[in-house]
Amino acid sequence: MDKLIVIISGIIGILFTYWFFLMKRERTISANSEIEIIVEGGYSPESISIPKGRTTKVTFLRKDPSSCLEEVVLGDFKIRRQLPLNQKVTIELTPQQAGEFKYSCGMGMYHGKIRVTD
Amino acid sequence: MAHIKKTFSVKGMHCASCVLTIEKSLKKIEGVNSAIVNLATEKATVDYDSDKVTDQALESAVSNVGYEALIREEIHSEDEEKLRKLKELSALKIKVIVSLFLGGFVLWGSFPGLVNTAPAIFKNFWIQLLLATPVQFWAGWEFYRGTIKSLKHRTANMDTLVAIGTTVAYGYSAFVTMLPGIIEKLNMEAMPYFDVATIVIGLILLGRYFEAKAKAGTSEAIKKLIGLQAKTARVIRDGKEADVPVTDVVLGDLIRVRPGDKIPVDGIIVSGESSIDESMVTGESIPVDKTIGDNVIGAAINKSGTFTFKATKIGSETMLAQIIKLVQEAQGSKAPIQRLADIVSSYFVPAVIMLAIGTFVFWYVLGPEPALLYALLNTVAVLIIACPCAMGLATPTAIMVGTGKGAEHGILIRDAESLEIAHKIKAIVFDKTGTLTEGKPKVTDVIAYDSFTEQDILRYEASLEVGSAHPLARAIIEETEIRKALPLEPIEKFESVAGYGIKALIQGKQIYAGKEKLLNDNNIDTQIAKNDIERLTRAGKTLSLLAVDGKLAGIIAAADTVKPSAKEAVEALKKSGIEVVMLTGDNERTGKAIAEQVGITRILAEVLPGEKETEVKKIQAEGKTVAMVGDGINDAPALAAADIGIAMGTGTDVAIEAADITLINKDLRSVVSAIALSKETMRTIKQNLFWAFAYNIILIPVAMGVLYPLWGILLNPIFASVAMATSSISVVSNSLRLKTKKIYL
Repeated sequence: MDKLIVIISGIIGILFTYWFFLMKRERTISANSEIEIIVEGGYSPESISIPKGRTTKVTFLRKDPSSCLEEVVLGDFKIRRQLPLNQKVTIELTPQQAGEFKYSCGMGMYHGKIRVTD
Repeated sequence: MAHIKKTFSVKGMHCASCVLTIEKSLKKIEGVNSAIVNLATEKATVDYDSDKVTDQALESAVSNVGYEALIREEIHSEDEEKLRKLKELSALKIKVIVSLFLGGFVLWGSFPGLVNTAPAIFKNFWIQLLLATPVQFWAGWEFYRGTIKSLKHRTANMDTLVAIGTTVAYGYSAFVTMLPGIIEKLNMEAMPYFDVATIVIGLILLGRYFEAKAKAGTSEAIKKLIGLQAKTARVIRDGKEADVPVTDVVLGDLIRVRPGDKIPVDGIIVSGESSIDESMVTGESIPVDKTIGDNVIGAAINKSGTFTFKATKIGSETMLAQIIKLVQEAQGSKAPIQRLADIVSSYFVPAVIMLAIGTFVFWYVLGPEPALLYALLNTVAVLIIACPCAMGLATPTAIMVGTGKGAEHGILIRDAESLEIAHKIKAIVFDKTGTLTEGKPKVTDVIAYDSFTEQDILRYEASLEVGSAHPLARAIIEETEIRKALPLEPIEKFESVAGYGIKALIQGKQIYAGKEKLLNDNNIDTQIAKNDIERLTRAGKTLSLLAVDGKLAGIIAAADTVKPSAKEAVEALKKSGIEVVMLTGDNERTGKAIAEQVGITRILAEVLPGEKETEVKKIQAEGKTVAMVGDGINDAPALAAADIGIAMGTGTDVAIEAADITLINKDLRSVVSAIALSKETMRTIKQNLFWAFAYNIILIPVAMGVLYPLWGILLNPIFASVAMATSSISVVSNSLRLKTKKIYL
């Protein structure tokens, strides 16, 4: 009986883990000319949309002391920046190409997205 | 007392009086030693005691007088950043020491083999609980904090795995200690595993400590470059010399540089001369002699003389600033090879959690007795062994060290992708003029006939050419100066025969200088020089024949000379299996003469500037990865068309724009070094990725217990934590090894 309970709980646990981490719905916040991203256990908002060809100021404010998050890497924009704790770091982006660009922490564990719209 | 210098932007300034008002207001704060506000840059630099002055105090001092200080938007000064890092590291060190110390006692009192030697007090479960609790919740708090914050975002990372793993071990042990009866009822020995929780936390924190120290080494090169910037400049304004901060230098300022001084910004020498060591910026190892009219670059060291120069580039426009920007961009870019690691690491932690749950179920249902214990320990081992960090660090750390190493030696790599492609190069196309050669002709032969001497020939020719800007004329005058064939003679009745040469009177003698045709048209016999003319022309040289009073007096031959490093570079490239091609607008004969000197056999001659791009594409069509080496200005389209465009000896914006790799030290051997650097970096990345993937692919199943049915091997979570802690350190250390690799000829 206990084995059956463990099997069922295990299956539920695996499904829950899959749903919880890998099936989350994404909400994209559109930025006009500037937007602030809070860095705390991830990026919030995780997905932002910015217009193509115009400069948008993206400000990162890291509130999480975890060393994983101390750097942000926007590989497509060739930007790697240190994010000092509780300091605003502003990056100016003037994308010339529409599309979806991912960014991450220095070790590639936390991810965010920048959608560039026409 | 900690002195800090902070620079921040100030909004709302519009005149010089604003500067004074803000400076005054800032200086009024107790603890501020100095405050300098710059209207041009709209920045304030404040030197203060960080124990007494807060950011808020600075902000309100500025806002009280009607302006806005953007302190928090600025990255802290380097000193402050360093201080914060040091504090973080020492806090981590304390946690490591405490947790390993307390964990050591727990381990002594519980680990099979050691337990017999331990005093009774450490064998007491309640004492173990007491020792393990601060480790779990104080030293291990950062794992919990990371986990809680991530879970809010429905993400997971390393912290999540460690937190779950150690909590399972600690929770089970605490339960066993407090309610042993329940465990015994299940026919299990009431044995806690506090050693697993404490030692795992201690070792993982230790790994993090070493990793942080090693990671700091990967960005050393860029810090070094930033550190090269001069702090002050000795500016001459209104006839007075004064040391001012380098940020206050404006375009056109006259700056005095004394021996041993660092040149503050880029400029052009207006008086004096000196020998300048530019090695720290360009990688050029030999000091360069410079005089009036020559360019100087900021951050170079003045070795001998005193000179004054006019600032032509300041702030972000200087060569050093451009180099720093380029290196920072390269270090921020991603190599295509990283894509797989990126995809894997984004699914990695959830996948490991699912595997851990599966492991628990499997061992509980099918494992031997005590099944619960096996299930728990193996689950913890899976959670602890998994190391996503090594995968995340494998590529960027190598790219950072590689691009940094390049920059230190005058090799600027635009991005990680360029560095990756460069190791696949199969053919290199060199532009001839200015790339393989010096780009300006030099006199190679002086032949005198009849009673004339070589000195006579040079003196007559130089006298005729003195006012000319033609490259050949410059070469003749230079040679005359070198051979001291002076003084020049006054000339009369000067006449230029378009396309053919010059005629004039010198001391009453009729002189002709130019092409053979000019002399023949004036009935001067050149038969005597027939063999010489043929030989020199065949060698691709440009000739100027001299006739004095109707008789051939001599010949001066000039040719563009190859750079001293060209032959060695071409040889090394060919040796490494790369085909070397020469591209030139000159005729085949001239091209061949140069190609032979450097050892190139494939020549593309008479290529018009607009056709260079097509020629590059033709070689690409042969299925080869092609690099094009040019000056970056005239060759921009060809550089862009090549798989890798390499711009030589220039730090101009245009060249950097067009090139994937910019070589600022003018040494052709740097082409070989750049390719060697790319190969070494890629090798390191591949080793790192292999290690990171193999580690997880092999050890996660081992932790799950796949070896148990055959050999009875299980992975103790403590050993798992040792492996985990060393795996990311080994990746970072392997990247750091790149620094010691020899990439130069």
